Amino acid sequence: MNTKRTAFYYLLAALLTVGFYFVLTGLIRAGVIGKYHADMLIPVGFYIMLAVSLNLTCGFLGQLPLGHAGFMAVGAYTSALATRYLPFEGALGFWIALLLGALMAAAFGVVVGLPALRLSGDYLAIITLGFGEIIKGILLNLNFTGGARGFKGIPKQTDLTTVYICLVLTLFFIRTLINSRFGRAIISIRENEIAAESCGIHTTFYKTMTFSIAAFFAGLAGGLYAHYIGVLYPTTFGFDTSIEILVMVVLGGMGSITGSVISAATLRLLPEMLRAFLDYRMVIYSLLLIVVMIFRPTGLMGRYEFRLSKIFAPKGDKSHV
Amino acid sequence: MFDDTKLYPLPSGGYLTARDLDKPPILDIRYLGIDFGGLRALTDFNLIVGRSEITGLIGPNGAGKTTVFNLITNVYQPTRGSIILDGVDTKGMSTHQVSRLGVARTFQNIRLFKDISVIDNVKIGLHHETRYQMPEALLRLPGYFKREKVADQRALELLSIFDMESLAYKPAGSLSYGAQRRLEIVRALATNPSVLLLDEPAAGMNPSETGELMENILHIRNTFNIAIVLIEHDMSLVMGVCEGIAVLNYGKIIAKGTPEEIRQNPEVIEAYLGKGVRE
Repeated sequence: MNTKRTAFYYLLAALLTVGFYFVLTGLIRAGVIGKYHADMLIPVGFYIMLAVSLNLTCGFLGQLPLGHAGFMAVGAYTSALATRYLPFEGALGFWIALLLGALMAAAFGVVVGLPALRLSGDYLAIITLGFGEIIKGILLNLNFTGGARGFKGIPKQTDLTTVYICLVLTLFFIRTLINSRFGRAIISIRENEIAAESCGIHTTFYKTMTFSIAAFFAGLAGGLYAHYIGVLYPTTFGFDTSIEILVMVVLGGMGSITGSVISAATLRLLPEMLRAFLDYRMVIYSLLLIVVMIFRPTGLMGRYEFRLSKIFAPKGDKSHV
Repeated sequence: MFDDTKLYPLPSGGYLTARDLDKPPILDIRYLGIDFGGLRALTDFNLIVGRSEITGLIGPNGAGKTTVFNLITNVYQPTRGSIILDGVDTKGMSTHQVSRLGVARTFQNIRLFKDISVIDNVKIGLHHETRYQMPEALLRLPGYFKREKVADQRALELLSIFDMESLAYKPAGSLSYGAQRRLEIVRALATNPSVLLLDEPAAGMNPSETGELMENILHIRNTFNIAIVLIEHDMSLVMGVCEGIAVLNYGKIIAKGTPEEIRQNPEVIEAYLGKGVRE
């Protein structure tokens, strides 16, 4: 691994990230992407964040939680409460609210993770499913969050720029986490828990940590959602949403961040693109899922990751940075 | 002068080689036993392993050999008795804690991290040696690059014991059976152990590979200066490298001694070796 080349890749990635942002906003300003479609890109952003964070537990840790929307709910309500009751104004208040939402979700990740991760497989799936429903149930009955009538009047502060920043940070941190000794520890648990433990990996710690980090980013996405939509209903964060996120992860490929990004974006935009087919669009959507699962059971990307170094690497160099 | 090839019996029922006699033993197992329901899988298991000794654990299938390994690594908690590892009682510890205290093992049915590269397998073994903190990794600070580079070099160095550097970037699952067994040993060595437990390292290897493995085991002991306990059915390997051998049958030790003594022990011949191995 060459230091200069590594620096080049990081610089190039940064340039591409910034460049993509300016191209996108430029296209919107020039009217090539209409206001309606531009507005649709915001949910795409936080759904990618949700999918990528769930992929951390699903694809890299190898556990199957079904309550991801629960963490999103915790983040959404916490950040909504923060913008309402905390004495911070404007953008600063918004970012603080987002951070608080994410941290609260991460704390819930630990609380749920500790007991839940003693189990694995279907048992873990059921227990996290239960957690998601409990969150929904509590929110339905809490008075100060509006209960079933909904939490109304959240300032709509989420714009494309904030989502883009959060998304880039999410992708960057999850990528750097995975490609580090901590990421290797997480992957070793997926590959063989007993062997990981006998290599000195504290599996309970890493499982809980991963769960909590995934919850953190789900909470961040929840905060963005709250300040995008402006009103929160507990039923939004039910089982359906958890499954929707899971479908994105499975379709993109468990263990591929690139896959999650592509599939989350596609699945969010697909129903819009299929608008012309009206009643049949959900049928087409479902058929597409079935076809992909039959022909690519490991998901679109499998475990493949897009890397700049793969494009530029000299022939025969397999030690991708 | 003590004879280095001879084992010296201890009051505790263990044996030590001459060069380990003046040092505290690395493993001191006393009256170890475990029950699975009503089944007494292991009873009154006593064993002392010297700091640089190669010990063999042999016996018929189901005698409780792997159970001993699972007890030493605290995969199971013993019903009776104690394990003193380098002076520390490991009672109640979890497997990863015992690993950090210096016990590394391989598995009878290979347990590699199959879908990731060979070098990453070794680097997982190096987890605790690769000392950088979470912020350094997340923000890609210089410490991350420095320590990762060191880990890469160390991993390749360890792989070179078995001439496996060229396989470093292949998925571990794509290696041949023998290479997978060797990789498991490398991964175990990466955790910087003081005791290496090998569970049937020669299983599935042909005679020339076994011969090579024999040299490798001696080489590992001599370079790393560690104790090795191995379970093996291949008597040429056991008799070739082990200094002390313990024979298990039905969860009990029926004999302990040097390879020579074991080979001539009538009880062992009756229970396990059979009459043909006298040579």
